[in-house]
Amino acid sequence: MRNPLNKKVQVMKPSGIRKFFDVVSEMKDAISLGVGEPDFETPWHIREEAIYSLEKGRTVYTSNAGLKELKVEICNYLKRRYGLDYPDKDVLVTIGGSEAIDAALRAMVDPGDEVLIPEPCYVSYVPCVALADGVPVTIELKAENEFRLTKKELLDAITDKTKILIMPFPNNPTGAIMEEKDLREIAEVVVEKDLFVISDEIYSELTYGRNHVSIASMPGMKERTIVINGFSKSYAMTGWRLGYAVGPEEIIKQMIKIHQFAIMCAPTTSQYAAVEALRNGDPDVEMMRDAYDKRRRFLVARLREIGLECFEPYGAFYVFPSIRGFGMTSDEFATKLLEEEKLAIVPGTAFGDCGEGFLRISYAYSIEQLKTALDRMENFIKRHRKQDI
Amino acid sequence: MREEILKTLDKNSKVAEEDLAKMLGMTEEEVHAEIKRLEAEHVICGYPTLINWDATTEERVTALIEVKVTPQRGQGFDKIAERIYRYDEVESVYLMSGGFDLTVIIEGKSMREVANFVSSKLAPMEAVLSTATHFVLKKYKEHGLPLVSEGGTDERMLVTP
Repeated sequence: MRNPLNKKVQVMKPSGIRKFFDVVSEMKDAISLGVGEPDFETPWHIREEAIYSLEKGRTVYTSNAGLKELKVEICNYLKRRYGLDYPDKDVLVTIGGSEAIDAALRAMVDPGDEVLIPEPCYVSYVPCVALADGVPVTIELKAENEFRLTKKELLDAITDKTKILIMPFPNNPTGAIMEEKDLREIAEVVVEKDLFVISDEIYSELTYGRNHVSIASMPGMKERTIVINGFSKSYAMTGWRLGYAVGPEEIIKQMIKIHQFAIMCAPTTSQYAAVEALRNGDPDVEMMRDAYDKRRRFLVARLREIGLECFEPYGAFYVFPSIRGFGMTSDEFATKLLEEEKLAIVPGTAFGDCGEGFLRISYAYSIEQLKTALDRMENFIKRHRKQDI
Repeated sequence: MREEILKTLDKNSKVAEEDLAKMLGMTEEEVHAEIKRLEAEHVICGYPTLINWDATTEERVTALIEVKVTPQRGQGFDKIAERIYRYDEVESVYLMSGGFDLTVIIEGKSMREVANFVSSKLAPMEAVLSTATHFVLKKYKEHGLPLVSEGGTDERMLVTP
């Protein structure tokens, strides 16, 4: 029999998180700070609207690019929150931000094109680039820069094959953000080198003490940026699978073609729910941001108290402490922590090799849960700190 | 910061000052001092516990009474409201706009006890013109918290990217 499999898929590594998940799920009564989704339920008024749409029998396809009224609300939202001006024809509603990432890459990458991916980062960029026949080129971000991308790091990674830069900020897993001054420098390079940017801004509503700035709002960037966002993180709607991409007409048009043939349209019920989220959901977002912020401050203070060094993250809902000095790799640390304290925390290496020496701690948990978990962490650290070299 | 302290305590009055300090980026001493000030200023008036009495063997009856009163010259409704809220049986008293003047919420051991209070204490007051008593059959939610059990389990997978 011939090999039924595609070689690109075959060589693709399964996600590092998956491996860890298998270990965790065999452990009874383990507690976890390993989740990458909100602990809030979707606000009731949004769920109500979805139920109502079902009652009204709105159970058919929408147009490929998404419900007109949703696209209009998305444009209003982007204008109101980030000063981005798009007509609704330049919006594509997708199945989560994930599909938008995939579609953007497939629409833009030719075989051999290099795509720059700052790491540590979300797990899907590298495989999606490979599937699109591109060449993923990772940029190692540094803890001393608070895991922001610097102009020099970018310049050093650019070759004459470089076409796209992925900008994953606010960042999962580090919690890093890029402020306006940081973005300005990056934008200058992007324009000068004639690159394009896929900006994954799924955590844009979750920044603390500083407002999110979209790289698309920098001079000269709108025509070379695909902005990806969605409802999962800001409105606690992960299970609804709804995101979107906006960008230059010529790129979005091609993405719509891919989406049309691969997907048809995003789930109708979710789209009606999303309209309600954008129209009346601002107070929910604020309430959740406020709760995350308290947990964030609590977690950072507690980590420093027990002696785990970490920079203060201003975005998403992750803290990325260093475990250097324990004489263990991230994997060993996480595995031991799970075995000895029944506490599941994802090793930094699940988000790229340069995550070695770090852990991703999620604070999408109640203060009570965080307290219990951090007490266990403290026990663990006290026992193992002796191995400090 | 005092609004932040109040909002947090509003949801959970049991939160330790040490934790509150971390959550708000303050020192424990600052939080302690601010809470003491809030108590002294009677902004924080108490720390009761929200109990679902229906889930216990204790018999309790709650009634909501609409009361129409004649306000008194120079004192408006405050004097009569005070005469009512000073009774131990009275849980809450609110001055209302609309069809009646005061909402009085009474807790008692039985309907008879509540009825006695209304007929012997509340209704005979000089300023009270009329009362309409409504008994509560079931409490679903109070102080922003559901009283009926909702399961509340974390449906999320233990580890996700």
